[in-house]
Amino acid sequence: MAALRLLLLLAAAMLLVVASRGDASGAAPRGRKLLVLVDDLAVRSSHSAFFGSLQARGLDLEFRLADDPKLSLHRYGQYLYDGLVLFAPSTPRFGGSVDQNAVLEFIDAGHDMILAADSSASDLIRGIATECGIEFDEDPEAMVIDHINYASTEVEGDHTLIAGDDLIQSDVILGSKKIEAPVLFRGIGHAVNPSNSLVLKVLSASPSAYSANPKTKLASPPSLTGSGISLVSIMQARNNARVLISGSLDLFSNRLLKSGVKKAGSKTRHEKSGNEQFVTETSKWVFHERGHLKAVNVAHHKVGETNEPSMYRINDDLEYSVEIYEWSGTSWKPYVADDVQIQFYMMSPYVLKNMSTDKKGLYSTSFKVPDVYGVFQFKVEYQRLGYTGVSLAKQIPVRPYRHNEYERFITSAYPYYAASFSTMGAFFIFSFAYLYHK
Amino acid sequence: MAEVEASTAASGDDRLRKASGGVLCAFTLLLIGVLAFSIRLFSVVKYESVIHEFDPYFNYRVTQFLSKSGIYEFWNWFDDRTWYPLGRVIGGTVYPGLTLTAGTMWWLLNSINIPLSVETVCVFTAPIFSANASWATYLLTKEAKGHGAGLMAATILAMVPSYISRSVAGSYDNEAVAIFALIFTFYLYVKTLNTGSLFYATLNALSYFYMVCSWGGYTFIINLIPMHVLLCIITGRYSSRLYIAYAPLVVLGTLLAALVPVVGFNAVLTSEHFASFLVFIILHVVALVYFIKGLLTPRLFKVAMTFVLTVGLALCFAAVAILVALVASSPTKGWSGRSLSLLDPTYASKYIPIIASVSEHQPPTWPSYFMDINVLAFLVPAGIISCFLPLSDASSFLVLYLVTSVYFSGVMVRLMLVLAPAACILSGIALSEAFNVLTRSMKFQRPRSDDGLPAAEDIITPGTSSTAATIVKSGNITKEKTENVSKGRPSKKNRKEKEWVGSSPVRPDMEEKLCVLPAEASAMGILFLIILCGLYVVHCVWAAAEAYSAPSIVLTSRSHEGLHVFDDFRESYAWLRHNTEVDDKVASWWDYGYQTTAMANRTVIVDNNTWNNTHIATVGTAMSSPEKAAWEIFNSLDVKYVLVVFGGLIGYPSDDINKFLWMVRIGGGEFPHIKEEDYLRDGNYRVDAQGTPTMLNCLMYKLCYYRFVETDGKGFDRARRYEIGRKHFKLTHFEEVFTTHNWMVRIYKLKPQKNRIRGKLKLKSSSKASSMRKGAGKKNPWQ
Repeated sequence: MAALRLLLLLAAAMLLVVASRGDASGAAPRGRKLLVLVDDLAVRSSHSAFFGSLQARGLDLEFRLADDPKLSLHRYGQYLYDGLVLFAPSTPRFGGSVDQNAVLEFIDAGHDMILAADSSASDLIRGIATECGIEFDEDPEAMVIDHINYASTEVEGDHTLIAGDDLIQSDVILGSKKIEAPVLFRGIGHAVNPSNSLVLKVLSASPSAYSANPKTKLASPPSLTGSGISLVSIMQARNNARVLISGSLDLFSNRLLKSGVKKAGSKTRHEKSGNEQFVTETSKWVFHERGHLKAVNVAHHKVGETNEPSMYRINDDLEYSVEIYEWSGTSWKPYVADDVQIQFYMMSPYVLKNMSTDKKGLYSTSFKVPDVYGVFQFKVEYQRLGYTGVSLAKQIPVRPYRHNEYERFITSAYPYYAASFSTMGAFFIFSFAYLYHK
Repeated sequence: MAEVEASTAASGDDRLRKASGGVLCAFTLLLIGVLAFSIRLFSVVKYESVIHEFDPYFNYRVTQFLSKSGIYEFWNWFDDRTWYPLGRVIGGTVYPGLTLTAGTMWWLLNSINIPLSVETVCVFTAPIFSANASWATYLLTKEAKGHGAGLMAATILAMVPSYISRSVAGSYDNEAVAIFALIFTFYLYVKTLNTGSLFYATLNALSYFYMVCSWGGYTFIINLIPMHVLLCIITGRYSSRLYIAYAPLVVLGTLLAALVPVVGFNAVLTSEHFASFLVFIILHVVALVYFIKGLLTPRLFKVAMTFVLTVGLALCFAAVAILVALVASSPTKGWSGRSLSLLDPTYASKYIPIIASVSEHQPPTWPSYFMDINVLAFLVPAGIISCFLPLSDASSFLVLYLVTSVYFSGVMVRLMLVLAPAACILSGIALSEAFNVLTRSMKFQRPRSDDGLPAAEDIITPGTSSTAATIVKSGNITKEKTENVSKGRPSKKNRKEKEWVGSSPVRPDMEEKLCVLPAEASAMGILFLIILCGLYVVHCVWAAAEAYSAPSIVLTSRSHEGLHVFDDFRESYAWLRHNTEVDDKVASWWDYGYQTTAMANRTVIVDNNTWNNTHIATVGTAMSSPEKAAWEIFNSLDVKYVLVVFGGLIGYPSDDINKFLWMVRIGGGEFPHIKEEDYLRDGNYRVDAQGTPTMLNCLMYKLCYYRFVETDGKGFDRARRYEIGRKHFKLTHFEEVFTTHNWMVRIYKLKPQKNRIRGKLKLKSSSKASSMRKGAGKKNPWQ
């Protein structure tokens, strides 16, 4: 198994993972080839622990300088990479054919990205972040300062090394194991629009934080304050491309990954900061090793039949089933939840029902087609925090009764049948009597 | 001219003349049929054998389905490709007569190994049925006024422009067969009335059934015939023949009509049919009264009468009060919208914009009468007069038919079609009578040796209608010649012989009675009538060739450079057929719905069967909304493509911009946030610099004029004849995917939702970025 994977890793840019036949088989949702863009090749060694963890998970990293003149994301209409790690905060422009739009198109084509900025973030990096819905503090000198929740590991006076512990509550993004130690952060803060449904704050600042230039006196109230400041955010685009944006490149560095942490005012001292667990788990999420759902084998048929009809009749009883699997990093595992709903939809849902699962990935339900004809859709809209969206729509017409599908004789109409036949008989007798009885 | 025995000659000649007259009559009818068929072929000769306009495409599609799937599938057809997502039960909402007729014709031809395509059969259905209609006209007029008038009327009907406009080859619409059914039903009614035969009464009910199958206009029959029955009763013309003509029609006709799915219980529930039942009751009461009158003495009858009247009136009032209360409790008083707009011509424009928006539902203008019935408009009064000389049941029916249809044609231009047969029949009668009188008076002016008695009786010879053609050639009209022709050539010699032999004593008063005009005046009169007929023929041929033969999916225009053909519609539908997914939904204004489903085979949101006002209003609202709101509406309907028709480049006037005000009205009728005033500047509808901002921002404007300024640099709209108001703009939620050669049809695709939601732009220093995007104030998922 492992040998096979290694072979494929070397051979192909697009990695096919052949999982065991027992549970669902299929390709991984993402390829494993990443491009790492750095300002300075020193980052490669200063952040080697993070890169090492990526490589250990089977990702294939290619390191390039951000201003490499031969830089290109695609060739002959094909993308060369499946993901991008942008650790070049200060680069004013990329080399080669890559620019801001190229990066955004890369994301819009369904690829993932980790972007780290710091206080020297260039307009280019800020622009990419803004396009992803993340707004770094406008002041180029500003950093996040927190005079209460700073990390007292160092003897620095400006309180810019923050020990963040306001993490998002999501097992799928941060892994099932709780991150105990605070995450160390030094860098710039950003804000996200609360109405932006695609962006989530993963690591937020504490209410006492603010964003300002630590070297000068505060002249005016800072624009970003309190828990409105996000330190690390993720964005899952509508095409399920995932982007992680951090205001701190140091967050990923060996130094912060390895260092111990003691939060100011707190008694407990953690031997090791939460950074390593944090960056490992979030990078797993970003590169679709977790939280990626796929829905397959959509089937529907009348109760008691197995073939899928091209059209239903009103008041038919039907069964609908779909299989949903989650990518675990190595194979597709059944996804188990009790809140997957099916809609039988024509401009509005006529039927909205929870589907039951057999815990092996199969979700199914049965219901009666409403007494309304039209072109309906089986819709499954399953959007959950951290998971890729499952959005299925299948069109199916519902016809009214055929002319011979109504009741032939209605019991309550028997008096009328009797009346009409007796009238006919009486008329016949009357005509006979009238014509011949004289 | 040999001398023969008078008596044998008389009877033999009579038989011979009758036979030859019959042959001539049949031959003339055949020619009339050929004329009716061939005058409608201009569209095929000038353009091609193609289905015309809008509704015929639907009928064609239905016929295709019928020929492929059979009658039961057709009956139960649920069409999921129109009115998405509601669908339409075609079998239950369509008048199946036309489809079944063409389907049967196609099946017959195929079963005798004539492999015509369905389309060919559909194209030629209308001309074939116009020939049938001419023959039916002959029969109807013959019942009222004899053969001559019948032939004349049939000839006139064969080429009346009003009917041609609806029945040229390719105009495969319900009216094509319905006019035949209408006239034939009237013929059978009059025939029953004249003969009192139950056989014809049954045929009449069947013919009525065919009419109900064919066209919603059957309500005209079921109201006109009761009116005539009532008229007969009031004028004291009640007879058992009237009873036989009417009672079976109501009973059988209603039963049969209820069998047609689209009519169903409407045959007894709606107010359109109410008059027939009321008259049915009245007829029975009158029949009873006549029966009792026969039993009782006059005095006793009077007593019984007063008793019955008081009791009966009281009962009647009670019944009527209940009925009125029932009917009044329904909002439309039990009438359908289209019927109401007939009774009250202002109803539609006040309450139902969707009916008022159709151009053929507008009241006609005066010129359209001269265009559509031409000289018949002058001849009709004369026809009415001759119907009163003498008034019979049949002729009173014709007068009533004319009067009602004149009213209806004045309400809706489309109902000119119902007027046309009436006008033809009465003009035929008028012309025939006029020729009659003029030729007769000329004949009696001849030297004394001549004798007019037989002519007086047989003057309505089959030849009468052919006189026109023959006399035109003869140039100088001598008395001799006119008389000869008027009698009809084959029987000329025999007849003269007979005239000399059979001189009669009635001759003096006949001459006194008939010879009212001097010879010269008669000759002039005939000449004028012939010129009139000639003008009519010229006009009809011109109308058939030039005015009514355009298929409207292919347009032509003539300029000094030559003939231009605009085939943009089919170009765009072909594009849709070949470049879009089979389940994609195309939104357009409803005019183009039938064509899109038939020609492009794509699902449409609304089509020409305007059965759901809300759905049409939704599309109208989307078209009159700004881009973003329109995108939301269309997206909620799963629309992938939007199609607009734009005539600004080539000056095609009936494009979507000119129809746009109706979209606003219909949309505003359901969704009050669309207000007509917002689109009008001082009550004027315009899209130039004076146009209101709402107008210049709405989707329809943008889709029509997107990139229009690139054509000539000024944005000059040739259909409206001014420069447009907003020339340079970009589309954010739609993208142009196809524009036809002459820009007549433009197809846009809805852009998908943005993949990412952008943050607020705060980077002032980023000049490159800020030039690209502006004004993303608040959260907008559709950016």
